[in-house]
Amino acid sequence: MKHAAGASSATTSTSPSGRDNDEYRAVISVLVDNESGVLARVVGLFSGRGYNIESLTVAPVEDDGARSRINIVTSGTPAIIEQIRAQLDRLVPVCRVANLTTLGPHIAREMVLVKVVSTGEARTEALRIAEAFRARAVDTTASSFVFELTGASEKLDSFVELMRPLGLAEVSRTGVAALTRGPRSL
Amino acid sequence: MNAATQTTAAQPNASTTLSGAEVLLRALEEQGVEVVFGYPGGAVLPIYDALFQQDRILHILVRHEQAAVHAAEGYARSTGRVGVVLVTSGPGATNAVTGLLDALMDSVPLVCLSGQVPVQLIGNDAFQEADTTGITRPATKYNYLVKKPEDLARTVHEAFEIARSGRPGPVLIDLPKNITVGPAPYAPPSTQGRRSYQPRVEPDREAVREAVAAMRRGKRPLFYVGGGVINAGPEACEALGRLVHMTGFPCTSTLMGLGAFPSSDPQFVGMLGMHGTYEANLATHDCDVLIALGSRFDDRVTGRVDAFSPRSFKIHADIDPSQINKIITVDVPIIGDAGRTIAAMIEEWERAEGPAPDAAALKNWWEHIEGWRALDCLRFTQDPAPDAIIKPQKAIQRIYELALETGRDTYVSTEVGQHQMWAAQFFKFEQPNRWLTSGGLGTMGYGLPAAVGAQLAHPDALIIDVAGEASTLMNIQELGTIAQYRLPVKLFIINNQYMGMVRQWQELLHGSRYSESYSSALPDFVKLAESFHAKGFRARTMAELDDTIRAALAHDGAVVVDLCVAEGENCFPMIPSGAAHNEMILGPEQEAQGAVVTNEGKMLV
Repeated sequence: MKHAAGASSATTSTSPSGRDNDEYRAVISVLVDNESGVLARVVGLFSGRGYNIESLTVAPVEDDGARSRINIVTSGTPAIIEQIRAQLDRLVPVCRVANLTTLGPHIAREMVLVKVVSTGEARTEALRIAEAFRARAVDTTASSFVFELTGASEKLDSFVELMRPLGLAEVSRTGVAALTRGPRSL
Repeated sequence: MNAATQTTAAQPNASTTLSGAEVLLRALEEQGVEVVFGYPGGAVLPIYDALFQQDRILHILVRHEQAAVHAAEGYARSTGRVGVVLVTSGPGATNAVTGLLDALMDSVPLVCLSGQVPVQLIGNDAFQEADTTGITRPATKYNYLVKKPEDLARTVHEAFEIARSGRPGPVLIDLPKNITVGPAPYAPPSTQGRRSYQPRVEPDREAVREAVAAMRRGKRPLFYVGGGVINAGPEACEALGRLVHMTGFPCTSTLMGLGAFPSSDPQFVGMLGMHGTYEANLATHDCDVLIALGSRFDDRVTGRVDAFSPRSFKIHADIDPSQINKIITVDVPIIGDAGRTIAAMIEEWERAEGPAPDAAALKNWWEHIEGWRALDCLRFTQDPAPDAIIKPQKAIQRIYELALETGRDTYVSTEVGQHQMWAAQFFKFEQPNRWLTSGGLGTMGYGLPAAVGAQLAHPDALIIDVAGEASTLMNIQELGTIAQYRLPVKLFIINNQYMGMVRQWQELLHGSRYSESYSSALPDFVKLAESFHAKGFRARTMAELDDTIRAALAHDGAVVVDLCVAEGENCFPMIPSGAAHNEMILGPEQEAQGAVVTNEGKMLV
């Protein structure tokens, strides 16, 4: 993708709604050289230019750890998302950038750990809901559970909301990992 | 102390073990570096020691690290080569930050070498330690911290490649002292570039075709060229001249693009933007095809974005894809080197497919433009009486005309403010790389060190710094550098005893409350010149103006000319903040319009 797509890659993408001024949520995947300071460059770009980061994940993915993949969930108008893409692409250690949201169908998943501290009826209800969501209890004591759940962010959101009245004590989320569907890769 | 540090010179001999400092100098030499602008300090002593023991690279000792960077910018912009800076750790590096950001904003290729405490002390709050790569990350195109000796040579070569290629910019290499003291292996430049950095230079042919088709259809076309064309090299500027002439279109330029197309050419309509000419701004507003080449729709150019060139079909050619649609949405983006894009446009134009350009419409368009031009928007009134006070516009106009009379190749740097805009308006640039000014960052104190860099690059040329008395005091210590290296720089201070542009805005937007903009307690610039071993001149009246400028230009050494000018002059034409191009203020008689500047406009800088 880097520079090779030329003029077509530089034209403004439209939001899934098709309207130019509507903000939308985009999942942007960035393949970077795994060198010191690269995450600071990416994060500094967002803060320095006033873009949002809703979540961010990063880990080495290929070439024996020489490259990392950063997945960023951000939101903005189509013009802003396109600017984010272009500005990221301009960074020297960035190999490839893709806006998965406009690239086509994609999968975005994250994991959450949820600690629920409760007894009696609330505890039973928490366990019942966890089963319905196919969350796993990865830690259990007489007064608490830690549930592990993976899936789309919205599913995680509703699970956390349901746990709130049932003794929700602590939440830890990973942010999304994302890939395009089908044989095509970044 | 090992044997490596006692090696006497950076001999290109693989069997000798070189120190990191020697490897560094050898890499610089291989990159064709002839001059380094710097200032020593603890963390760079090994590099200074290696410099001492060789004579192929000239080191210029500046008086402040900021000036080292501006001098390297002046060198780079007047030659098209990469400028090199050497500063120590901590304050040396932080002092360089303003210059680095200036170079980033104006796309100037630089490599800045900064000393750093030894790797094992990093993070310990050691003496003169700073997180230099952290601090300079948003102020550079790219930066490095060299942690391993085997990375040193490769890093230096890569830094030069990144600085000069694509959209040029400053690159910093942070060099811990143990790396420069200890042994390091040398490596020649790699032939294959870094995989993640492959700037696109060749424009997409289909996009060029689409652009040229639109140009052919245009009834009111306009070229809007910027610094990118100058960065693309003299051949690109020459090609631009051919393209503008073969199409017959008018051409305007940004502040940074002055010289890309000859200012005296009848097809040149002057600079556009906040202090651009009436004809350039009206043409921009009324055109139906706008061809932006190597320019980035800066806010000084566009004015109110939603009223910018509202009816035009927009073509934008730039080497940096992130500039496309950043501020103004365009119809045809072209990513690539400006020179190659212009060459491709020429080919397409000559191929002459489709309907012939509408010659009658173009003629009509030129009649409009000539009508606007006839207004003579840069006119000012100067009392010709011998004892009359000099208008700043007159002073700058005469510096230009009398410099022209010398017949010498002339390079002009400026500081930032009214004098800068007047210099942009009154100087005519027939060639690229002759105009050195801080555009994007607007750095006061840029001009004098930039003149140092330009004079070193062009020892026989006439180097003029058109300065304001406030700006020039920000880096006046560089008179010391000028003295040490006997640089015949001509510093002309347009002295109105005010930070003129600040005062102008206070007059326009803040009820003439001149808060802190008066230059109190100014030095006697003539005596100041003398104390720095330069020759001082002063002119107070019209009778003295020409003779003073002539004498200053004829002097074979450095001069400081204090031109005492009228205090209250404002720079016109002007598009007030938040206004559109067709809402220009042309002169003092229209200044009452200032009252219409909205609060929204006031919030803009």
